[in-house]
Amino acid sequence: MKATVLVRPKPGILDPQGQAVESSLRHLGFAVGDARVGKLVELELDAVDEAEARREVERMCEQLLANPLIESYDIEFREQE
Amino acid sequence: MSDATGQPLVAVPVFPGSNDDRDAAAALELLGARAQRVWHDEDELPGRTAAVVLPGGFSYGDYLRCGAIARFSPVMRAVGSFAADGGLVLGICNGFQILTEAGLLPGVLRPNASLTFVCRDVRVRVERDDLPFTRRAAAGDLLSIPVKHGEGCWFASDELLAELEANEQIVLRYAEGDNPNGSVADVAGVCNATGNVLGLMPHPEHAVDPLLGSTDGAAILGSLVDAARLSSLVVA
Repeated sequence: MKATVLVRPKPGILDPQGQAVESSLRHLGFAVGDARVGKLVELELDAVDEAEARREVERMCEQLLANPLIESYDIEFREQE
Repeated sequence: MSDATGQPLVAVPVFPGSNDDRDAAAALELLGARAQRVWHDEDELPGRTAAVVLPGGFSYGDYLRCGAIARFSPVMRAVGSFAADGGLVLGICNGFQILTEAGLLPGVLRPNASLTFVCRDVRVRVERDDLPFTRRAAAGDLLSIPVKHGEGCWFASDELLAELEANEQIVLRYAEGDNPNGSVADVAGVCNATGNVLGLMPHPEHAVDPLLGSTDGAAILGSLVDAARLSSLVVA
């Protein structure tokens, strides 16, 4: 099973990278609103079912992958191709 | 507590990517301590350790978040229990980042608001002079100490900041107009609730020799050496 973890800056947290991206896109002529930059982590797991995998990946997020003070996360699963 | 020579032992953990450990050790020795660098995979701090200084650098390449991976090094378990017992722990720059990630200090360090690496002297105001890290200074003193970091923008939510202000845990602030990174409330250094753990972004170890322009860093590191000399909380 493969898991994709999306780590995002929480709403209201200053995101200077997002601001720089937003400003660059505007310079290129794109009409964008707010841009936010996060991280994507892809994981391969041995878990037998999604519920078990979700518990495991949530623990990874709490302990290492995200800092709960400033980041939120979403987890998506798909079977191995 | 110090050894027969009167020199307290200060442990300086070294992580893959630390690069200020030698400067920290040299500054501590100049100020009268005995410094021992300790590789990160050691489970224990050296016997007679009276204080710990976590040095600056780029532990684990700053991957994921600064300090996020170093906090799981075996030596950090020993540092955590030393701190929990009341032992003196100072984190400088990357050391500060590691301490926040480890939950030993409040808040988090984020990319500088400017998104640029800053490397210059800043003026830092001492807010408290009653801590083991600041007794050589007086509240209100402005210290000139260099910073050099890309991710030193200390952040805390409004609620957390209010709590820290009420507890007087903001120990150092950038002087007005001299905040190099956009940190909340101009915070340059914070301590834990019990005042035995301090983290700061400026590098006092680079400001102890007149040859380098300022000796104001000795106000911080010298205070730590004084406190370590008197501390009864020493690793067995």
